[in-house]
Amino acid sequence: MTQQFYVSPEQLMKDRADFARKGIARGRSVVVISCRDGIALVAENPSPSLHKVGEIYDKIAFAAVGKYNEFESLRQAGVRYADVRGYSYDREDVTARGLASVYAQSLGAVFTAEQKPFEVELAVAEVGPTPEQDHLYRLTFDGSIADEHGFIVMGGQAERVSAVIAGGWRASLRFADAVRLAISGLSGGTDQENAGATLPAKAVEVAVLDRHSETVRGFRRAFRRLNDADITALLAEED
Amino acid sequence: MQESTANQVAGNATSSFTEHLQRDRPDLLPYNRPLPSGTAQPQPIQVPHATTIVAMSYAGGVLMAGDRRATMGNVIASRHIEKVFPADRYSVLGIAGTAGIAIDLTRLFQVELEHYEKIEGTLLSLDGKANRLGAMIRGNLPMALQGLAVVPLFAGFDTTAGVGRLFSYDVTGGRYEEREHHTVGSGSVFARGALKKLWRPQLTETEAVSIAVESLYDAADDDSATGGPDPVRQLWPVVFTVNRDGARRIPEPELAAVAGNIIEARTAERREA
Repeated sequence: MTQQFYVSPEQLMKDRADFARKGIARGRSVVVISCRDGIALVAENPSPSLHKVGEIYDKIAFAAVGKYNEFESLRQAGVRYADVRGYSYDREDVTARGLASVYAQSLGAVFTAEQKPFEVELAVAEVGPTPEQDHLYRLTFDGSIADEHGFIVMGGQAERVSAVIAGGWRASLRFADAVRLAISGLSGGTDQENAGATLPAKAVEVAVLDRHSETVRGFRRAFRRLNDADITALLAEED
Repeated sequence: MQESTANQVAGNATSSFTEHLQRDRPDLLPYNRPLPSGTAQPQPIQVPHATTIVAMSYAGGVLMAGDRRATMGNVIASRHIEKVFPADRYSVLGIAGTAGIAIDLTRLFQVELEHYEKIEGTLLSLDGKANRLGAMIRGNLPMALQGLAVVPLFAGFDTTAGVGRLFSYDVTGGRYEEREHHTVGSGSVFARGALKKLWRPQLTETEAVSIAVESLYDAADDDSATGGPDPVRQLWPVVFTVNRDGARRIPEPELAAVAGNIIEARTAERREA
């Protein structure tokens, strides 16, 4: 019989948090920016099919960094939650706040009860009629939830990318500028020498939540994924 | 142990919203109600019934139209009911039968398609959609035997093959692909008769809309449960077209003009039928 050593709860939680942080820091970053046209979600992701950014509901999108299998199961759970809620009540009754709180509870439960915590960080974004009514929630591995204003940066080089975005962000940005800003933030590389290089369109994943999808596109669903050609066209757009 | 966990995960993975509900929230499904024991009731309960739906192919797509009446026995339950709905971007469905169950089934079907698209990241194939609808109708079979049947008509654009296609169903969920045109509901016999004379291959969209409205007019003429165009209340049939660009609802002013032309032509002819 092996002897169980006493580990203080503080130490246990700290070890778990360190473990999760290390896992998240290894991954590439994701940027979520709220701007005049809506919300842009930009991820450094060379895979065209394994998405880090996804649609949850009419006005709600999801972005994640960390382990794919873990955030993918959370994304699917989010879609199920939203669809069941929208089906049993009404489409209007599905909100980012409700979804974020469910995510916070499940992440919190996994953090304390499971063998290992989820090595993920999530963003839940909801586009409103005006930029002031946008909601951005950041959820971390331990179930903490934060209501952010303007933009969210998550992942490996979050601090460095965040500094770039904070320098260029304004509420009046168009999608083209917002995506350009996000890509310039993500492009920096780990060292200062690579700072000038820009990521090519196929190395990033871009999706947007259109603020006025009903009037402009005739769809209630605001989420739109941009393919490589769309991204190149958007970046070439003049101000 | 390891294998059983893997099996469990694989077994739980589903892209179907209906399957998810069946497992977690069976109470939310429109069917799956425990039926009252004993024999079928001698007389089906009085609930609103939705009536005639017509659908036809035209050059480049398919069209579906439904009148605006729901009846409950000899009473008109609603003059405004809509019975043709977009299922997703590339398909529409029309429903005839018990209105309450049919409208819930439609909502479930819409969520089913959207759910699959969000989970899988791609649209379900048109055949896949038609099969899912068939399974839902079969799920309602016990209720159908109690007199609460739902019979849909499904039309969509097959983006792979590049053609519009049309599917009809029976109460057991049987799925039949239709060519040219099809009708369901109480006025369907009269509407089909009209379509047989009016429909021809390679119609333009404008012609198809006019023919759909006219066939519903004929159905309303002979079937008391089908509503005709109503210039007093400004009520026109609901008409959807589906082509390569997706599903589109024909705007009311356009339908008002089409219905106006038909009424005018028939008034000018001064004939009985």
